[in-house]
Amino acid sequence: MTVSDLKQSYPDSPNPKINWARIEEAEAFANTVKLFRQGKYDEDSFRRYRLQHGAYGTRMTNDYAMVRIKLPAGEVYPHQLEKISQLSEQFSIGSAHFSTRENIQLHWVILEDVSEILRGLAEVGLTSREACGNSVRNVMCSPLSGVCPNEEFDSTPHALATARFFLRNPMSQSLPRKFKFNFTCCEKHGMVRMVDVGLIPQTRDLDGTTQKGFKIFLGGGLGNKSFVGYQLEDFTPEEDLLHTSIAVVKIFDRLGDRKNLARNRMRYLVNDMGWEKFQNLVLKERAIVRATQSVITQLEVDHTPSVIKRPIRISDESGSSTPDGYARWLKTNTLKQKQSEYSSVFITLEAGDITSNQLSELASIIREFSSEGHARAGFVQNIALRYVHDDDLSRLYSKLLTVGLAKPGALTMAAPIGCSGTTSCNLALTNSHRLAKEIQRKFLELKLDQDDDLQDSSIKISGCPNSCGQHGIATIGFFGGGGRVGKEMYPNYQMSLGGRSDGETMLGATCHRIPAKRVIPVILKIIELFKQNKKPDDTLKDWIHRIVNGKEESEIKSVLDMRKVLDSLTIPPTKEEDPDFYTDYGSDSSYHTKTGKGECAA
Amino acid sequence: MSQEKIKITTGIDSLRSEIRDKSVRIIDVRREEDYKQSHIPTAVNLPLANLLSDDSPERVLKLVNAMGIDDQTPVVVYDDTFGALASRVAWTLEYLGHSDVSLLETTFSKWKSLGLENDNKTPEIQHKEHSIHLKPEILATSDYLDTSKDKPNVLLIDNRERLNYLEQHIPGAISLPYRTLATPDKILRPKEDMTRLLGNRGISGNSEIITYCGSVGTLSGLAYYALKSVGLPNVKLYVRSFKEWKNLEKPIAKQQDANYWDLSAE
Repeated sequence: MTVSDLKQSYPDSPNPKINWARIEEAEAFANTVKLFRQGKYDEDSFRRYRLQHGAYGTRMTNDYAMVRIKLPAGEVYPHQLEKISQLSEQFSIGSAHFSTRENIQLHWVILEDVSEILRGLAEVGLTSREACGNSVRNVMCSPLSGVCPNEEFDSTPHALATARFFLRNPMSQSLPRKFKFNFTCCEKHGMVRMVDVGLIPQTRDLDGTTQKGFKIFLGGGLGNKSFVGYQLEDFTPEEDLLHTSIAVVKIFDRLGDRKNLARNRMRYLVNDMGWEKFQNLVLKERAIVRATQSVITQLEVDHTPSVIKRPIRISDESGSSTPDGYARWLKTNTLKQKQSEYSSVFITLEAGDITSNQLSELASIIREFSSEGHARAGFVQNIALRYVHDDDLSRLYSKLLTVGLAKPGALTMAAPIGCSGTTSCNLALTNSHRLAKEIQRKFLELKLDQDDDLQDSSIKISGCPNSCGQHGIATIGFFGGGGRVGKEMYPNYQMSLGGRSDGETMLGATCHRIPAKRVIPVILKIIELFKQNKKPDDTLKDWIHRIVNGKEESEIKSVLDMRKVLDSLTIPPTKEEDPDFYTDYGSDSSYHTKTGKGECAA
Repeated sequence: MSQEKIKITTGIDSLRSEIRDKSVRIIDVRREEDYKQSHIPTAVNLPLANLLSDDSPERVLKLVNAMGIDDQTPVVVYDDTFGALASRVAWTLEYLGHSDVSLLETTFSKWKSLGLENDNKTPEIQHKEHSIHLKPEILATSDYLDTSKDKPNVLLIDNRERLNYLEQHIPGAISLPYRTLATPDKILRPKEDMTRLLGNRGISGNSEIITYCGSVGTLSGLAYYALKSVGLPNVKLYVRSFKEWKNLEKPIAKQQDANYWDLSAE
């Protein structure tokens, strides 16, 4: 008997329904790394293999990798978070990172240790397989699916079934490029028109019975060049979901550009071909798939309802008063569910980062407070605890305070997205990650998270034009580059305005180049201008929309007007006047751009 | 080829029977006030800071004698710091020439959380006489590193956390953070696990291996025992570690052009 055998496990901890892992992949990975180091595996094949297993390259070095752990439909269980906590402490930097696509990333992992992480993940049923490379990436689902008051039905089972169908499926191992599915709950919570395949659940009445189905959007995506997806047809019945998915993947596999790496996402194919032609092709291909696919090819949609059981309160801090900041947190971090007496609680992270200690504390908190016994990763580098009983919210807040996870602003403009930038990415030009943290700190300091006018706006930052930070769909978006004064360089951002990812999805309009160290003053200036010019019921998002669409009547009527007002803030000082201007966040030395080879296309 | 059986850790169960048999000297290396509150029965207290205030062999000999340890006394050391402080004390005894010293397989907190016996009695100690047979082959100095670290058969291992390593390290060192060595319940991984992990990293065979950490050789002391636990024969501890290396203004390597610190949530 070992010591660990003596440890009591928490009663009633639910287990995940699907085991995504295959333990043998860990050993195979270790052996392949050895062969590669011995020169018995060529560089290109190894890179493809590494990416297929979810290990991405790291900035300026071949010795380290980033391991991207998939959380299909965003679901993650307490024991899985505990394992990831351990792994991040042992093999990474003592922190983990929640991405925008419901992955958890471990950075700066020694390539030879990746197999140990795969092994650890397999112990808790998780995988990083096909988290990178030219495959079907993590299948996302809205963190509110199942609890959203606006949704027609819960699409989580369909997201999980789709993930299960494509994972390790030979059909999707060597696509022209990566391929992404997003399921959501409703139009408002969005994110379906900027992805290869986006799906919103809907129902229709058919001869007196309610039929389930989806609105499917194809060919969207954010990147160096971004596109908004098109709706395939009015209504795609549930039983056609798999046929449609297979048809689209097959067309992309057959016709996608395998030569021009910069233009080979499916959105380029759709754009080059024209939507109507592409749409026709999909419908035709689907008819073939439907007619020829074996009857045993089915989505295994598990409709077993989750068990909702309010955890037993083990201890009771009687007479405890509501701690400071509770009202603010309640307002900016929680949403009422469609189930009465229950709320969903969003945890504010800084640009998605969380310490290993917080991860393991979070695991206990989920066990203690979530009546569904697991958590969901969100769309914006965050995490949601759902089915928290309203009576438990203040106790949960107190608990989160003790582990540093009670920051307000999760569901507001005060939670910007920042991709990893120069902290680890080969392609990055600026430290977008740190900039997002700096903006968040400033917003919380100024209590802007409490401002109702700003609540539905967003800030998103990428460290290069490639859109991992999703700047194109932000109310105020930024992507990094280098600016120059004579021989001196400084970190600079291209700012766009008015992007959104809801029912009226559109990409932001280019506005101005803003030096990194002027980004915060510029954002505050825009808010100030908004306050001066707003109509009584306006939000910042509404106001910017009118400007971008040429419908605003006050002093700032267009993006060009905005540009002019901001001009004075963007003029570089001399290096003598302000040496800090010429350094990026997180660095003392003079700024210079430096990039390595990207691997998105490998 | 004869190889003496190396005992690196002592299991909870065997320590409890050794306590009953009165056949062991247990050293608690936590601070004196913690020791006074409660400790494993019969344990003596040697706070690490006390040892480090002067760890010359002559002083260590006096401490060992006062703890009633002679050349034949089996010694088990424990701490509440994942085994790192205990390792540093155990290594010091080993360096003096004591051959029967091992680490408790777990920490005092874990011991207590399992509901095992503890008390606050300070045992009566009978003074003993230990000999000095220094083992210089387990010690590395900065001079030694200068002449040997770049030899093909020598591996230098940095046991600090990854971010500290990326920021600065001794040129040529590889990173093996101390956290990698443990499991949630035990201060060292099981042998099979540890062998695989080290094997993946190319740490095996007949290399001479030198471990170091931030300042006084605690984290790297744990690594010293981790390496010994899988039977690696030639391991040395650079006991003055990176702090001395820096003070001596020796060359330092760094992972350039990346802002990895900003990924940390702390």
